[in-house]
Amino acid sequence: MAMLARLSGVSKTFANGTLALRGLDLTIGDGEFLTLLGPSGCGKSTALRLLAGLMPPSEGTVRWQAGAAREIGFVFQDPTLMPWASVFDNVWLPLRLRNQSRKAAAKEIEQALALVGLADVAHVYPRELSGGMKMRASIARALVTHPPLLLLDEPFAALDEITRFKLNNDLLRLKTELGTTVVFVTHSVFESVYLSSRIAVFSARPGRVIAEIDIPEPLPRDESFRLSPAYAEHCRIASQALQRAMPDQAA
Amino acid sequence: MSEPRRRAATRSLMDIALPILVFLGAIGLWEAVVRLNDIQPYLLPAPSLIAQTIVKDWPLLSGSLWVTVKITFSALLLAIAGGVLLAVLFSQWKWVERSFFPFAVILQVTPIVAIAPLLLVYLDAQNAVLVCAFIVAFFPILSNTVIGLASADRSLVELFQLYRASRWRQLTLLRLPSALPYFLGGLKIGGGLALIGAIVAEIAAGSAGQGTGLAFRIAEAGYRLNIPRMFAALVLISVTGIAIFLFFSGLSQLLLGRWHDSERDHET
Repeated sequence: MAMLARLSGVSKTFANGTLALRGLDLTIGDGEFLTLLGPSGCGKSTALRLLAGLMPPSEGTVRWQAGAAREIGFVFQDPTLMPWASVFDNVWLPLRLRNQSRKAAAKEIEQALALVGLADVAHVYPRELSGGMKMRASIARALVTHPPLLLLDEPFAALDEITRFKLNNDLLRLKTELGTTVVFVTHSVFESVYLSSRIAVFSARPGRVIAEIDIPEPLPRDESFRLSPAYAEHCRIASQALQRAMPDQAA
Repeated sequence: MSEPRRRAATRSLMDIALPILVFLGAIGLWEAVVRLNDIQPYLLPAPSLIAQTIVKDWPLLSGSLWVTVKITFSALLLAIAGGVLLAVLFSQWKWVERSFFPFAVILQVTPIVAIAPLLLVYLDAQNAVLVCAFIVAFFPILSNTVIGLASADRSLVELFQLYRASRWRQLTLLRLPSALPYFLGGLKIGGGLALIGAIVAEIAAGSAGQGTGLAFRIAEAGYRLNIPRMFAALVLISVTGIAIFLFFSGLSQLLLGRWHDSERDHET
């Protein structure tokens, strides 16, 4: 698989002295669905932010494939919609920051909203939406610029299980339809196995990759995969790797 | 109309009717106490006499009311312009905030009554009153707007960084809208304080003599033992304060009603 981006020997120390990452090597392949799996506070989110260029690494490098458009869509843990703007205007934001008028962007916005099934509520304010719908709006906003790389930081952690399963399926469908490369952060073994083509397991802080697990079953997947023996086997392997990630923690 | 909706309508009627009834009851009680005990108007005028005085003295009082309202709103406009501008500067450059915030605090904590006589030394009475009203209205608007500008959602700030938005864009599209509820809260406080500042300063300026606002009418009527007129002027000041409060509450509802939880309908 061609490489899209690579973090080599990356460490990150925060201003308060916290060492979040140490010696992280991670390659993001073009077109893959990579999940960063690890215990809470292990620096997965930090790795994602370094990749997005939201902060510089303290040591090491973040390299991009030559000629790759460094266009990134980012979905945060919370939907982080602007409460004073309609769903439509929220999705407009990335294009607006590129000086596209509301009118010129309208078609792109409507497409992005249709993609996540929110065409009907374009002119509703965020507070009138359910948690799942807010997250869909957030995903539409991330996709409206057609980024080749989509980063998601525990986006479904706060949702109920039924909604989460539904959004998992929608995300896989979008990923295969659009051919986007996805890097997804979660602490759920089951979610990571269901979604990914590859899992990078992080150790507890300071974080680094301690295991990489390939999930060869083709994307997109459906509920039958959740019930298959292969799924159970992948989950077992991922759980064991996660156990090793926290060697000296009581529980 | 369905049953629950009718019940809700009845409840909202009660919400309005009850305070009005209690208020009217209190006024009626006052009137009755004055009449039954034959209390002289120079001690405590009856509400009916106060109402008559407002009508009778309206040419004089309306002029003073206008002066007070004009000063209050001029001061408030200056406070809004100064407060918001300074808050924006604070939010853009930390060193500006560190350098100038102490001055704002000093102005805030020093009682306005103590500053007013000094201002009268340097300024004519009307401008001194204006400056006093400005000083008291300024701080809540400044400090609330500073908090509002700083309270923009962290993730949204990161999102703006991700799309390489300029500082100007970040200010206009993110920080100012985030600050709006806080600013309007400051405005509600500042509006009331501007009126208080205008009144207090005018009382302090009293002996300087050129004032013609409502506070001056109260002082003047006091010297003449015209107690009903004192009450009449007091009623007009209260009504002005209530009007200012209602105006800014309405403005807040108008601007925030669709999206901010503070203005959410109470039944939901």
